[in-house]
Amino acid sequence: MVFENQGKLDLDSNIHTIRTEAISAFEKQGFPTKKDEEWKYTSLKNVLNHDYSVFPKAESAIEFKDVKKYFLHEIESYKVVFIDGVYSSFLSSTTHDGYDICLLSAALKKPKYKIVLDNYFNTIADKNNSITNLNTAFSTEGAYINIPKNTVLPRPIQIVNFYTGNEKEILLQPRNLVVVGENSHVQIIERHQSLSDNVVLTNAVTEIFVNKKAIVDFYKIQNDNENASLIDNTFVQQKEHSIASVSTFSFGGKLTRNNLEFYHEGEHIESHLNGISILDKKQHVDNHTLVKHQYPNCESFELYKGIYDDASTGVFNGKVIVDQEAQKTNAFQQNNNILIGDKATINAKPQLEIFADDVKCSHGCTIGQLDDSALFYMQSRGIPAKEAKALLLYAFGNEVVEKIKIPELKSRITKLIANKLGVKLGFEM
Amino acid sequence: MIQIKNIHAGIEDKSILNGINLDVKAGEVHAIMGPNGSGKSTLSSVIAGNETYEVSEGDILLDNESILELSPDERAHKGVFMSFQYPVEIPGVSTTNFVKTAINEKRKAQGLEDLPAKDMLKLIREKSELLEMDRKFLSRSLNEGFSGGEKKRNEIFQMAMLEPKLAILDETDSGLDIDALKIVANGVNKLRNKDNAVIVITHYQRLLDYIVPDFVHVLHNGKIVKSGGKELALELEAKGYDWLK
Repeated sequence: MVFENQGKLDLDSNIHTIRTEAISAFEKQGFPTKKDEEWKYTSLKNVLNHDYSVFPKAESAIEFKDVKKYFLHEIESYKVVFIDGVYSSFLSSTTHDGYDICLLSAALKKPKYKIVLDNYFNTIADKNNSITNLNTAFSTEGAYINIPKNTVLPRPIQIVNFYTGNEKEILLQPRNLVVVGENSHVQIIERHQSLSDNVVLTNAVTEIFVNKKAIVDFYKIQNDNENASLIDNTFVQQKEHSIASVSTFSFGGKLTRNNLEFYHEGEHIESHLNGISILDKKQHVDNHTLVKHQYPNCESFELYKGIYDDASTGVFNGKVIVDQEAQKTNAFQQNNNILIGDKATINAKPQLEIFADDVKCSHGCTIGQLDDSALFYMQSRGIPAKEAKALLLYAFGNEVVEKIKIPELKSRITKLIANKLGVKLGFEM
Repeated sequence: MIQIKNIHAGIEDKSILNGINLDVKAGEVHAIMGPNGSGKSTLSSVIAGNETYEVSEGDILLDNESILELSPDERAHKGVFMSFQYPVEIPGVSTTNFVKTAINEKRKAQGLEDLPAKDMLKLIREKSELLEMDRKFLSRSLNEGFSGGEKKRNEIFQMAMLEPKLAILDETDSGLDIDALKIVANGVNKLRNKDNAVIVITHYQRLLDYIVPDFVHVLHNGKIVKSGGKELALELEAKGYDWLK
């Protein structure tokens, strides 16, 4: 692949500087290989082995009825929708009424957003991560969400990226910026969806700023088709007394890498990282998380579950760093995995680096199989083996589903899970 | 109703049942007693279809049809129910949802529609009252954190919901205090009728004071070594098992 700065991205002098630095950083770093410790179990070789077109062309039209099912359409929501990387005003439902839910390219062009962009854009994205730098260098579009203080959003925001397949092989690089003011409350659902069998690689970067006492819940639905791969880089910065959660539901896709990083900038912060991966065939999902405790009296809760069938592979790398100043930290991490397929693999690596002495930190990691005695028990009550297995697997993941705060999303995820497990659940749990 | 014919079964090379014959007719209660390791629980597992045990010889007929080739769920659909000695805990599935699923799977196998929610709730209310169950257990994860007695009561509750033709109670009395034992026994007695049958597997005579058997069989080394009426249980209580070996 050859990347060239085409000049049209230089919308603002600061942004221009940021992009130029990111390009030279990426040129030095290159794509990560399995020699990098952080990429030991995830190879991008097969994903990068394509002749991707990089810059999006004109907007393709999509009828709402054809893609309705990919939205959480049962409820009212704001929508920021992109088709092949280009903003779709037709499918979107944005606002500037009291708060901004719109597109990043527009925000980059308007002087009134300059101060927000200068304060936040690319300030927490990891400069050591070459993939993130690649996005910073070349991304042209994404969602821009700026919520002032004391605002409870009346409905969730959906950020949906469609790919039509009008290019044979495409690299998409959406870039989202979310700034939530003091005491405000926002819920966001993000989804990437390919509508054809053509190859797509998405390299997304999202920066989320959660100011004092704000509450942000971010849900990622990763249920894309077999030729779609995703590298997601999400960075969260929290100020005092804020609560932030990121929940990742990985059922589809060829290769998915989630880099999720939380940074604490104040006391009494709560961070929640939740995930379920249900994989089969040759799917691969890598959840790489980091929680950096830098202030006292903060809490983090991490719960990742994985179900691996066939020859699918999973990676969980959960790094928790507790700085010396971060006394009275509570950090909990749990990662449970079930291997169903004979050739399925999971590599799990809890990584706790604790430099403070008055803390409560724990991690638990399990890798197991389905419990035969539970299966027999259920069968003896008349539940056939297939349904019994699905019910046990569903129950296994249910702890994560229970944490979803939007009821319609909860039932949607339940359906996606039932679908993935190939059964009809006779009830909603 | 159920005929067990010369059943030999075991795990891998170890034989546990060495030719069991038992004929249970509709409306009857049979008790199977015996010392530890005599094969009582294996027998109930084999009837229920636990694939851990391999049947090497013999047959089991339910209403004159062999059930040996049927999976545990298919046997359940034909009316076999086993109350487990150690009920399994299933985190994440509530008792209510579990029972609903079980009933609707059975109905599906019989070509029936799902039981309407209203009827299901009514049935759950009736049967949980019969077992004097605290309703909070119904919404909790199945058996998770339940005491031994609560688990056993939950087993009989499920039996009441599923209305089996043949109920096998495997050591249902273990872990029950006397009050819970009475409630459970009372529940079983209320479910008895001329069309169903019960096999009670127990180590002690105590349960048989409340669920009175028509026949008592003594199992030893995987064989029935003595059969008799309910007075045989009292004799065993007095003399132990040694005189039969």
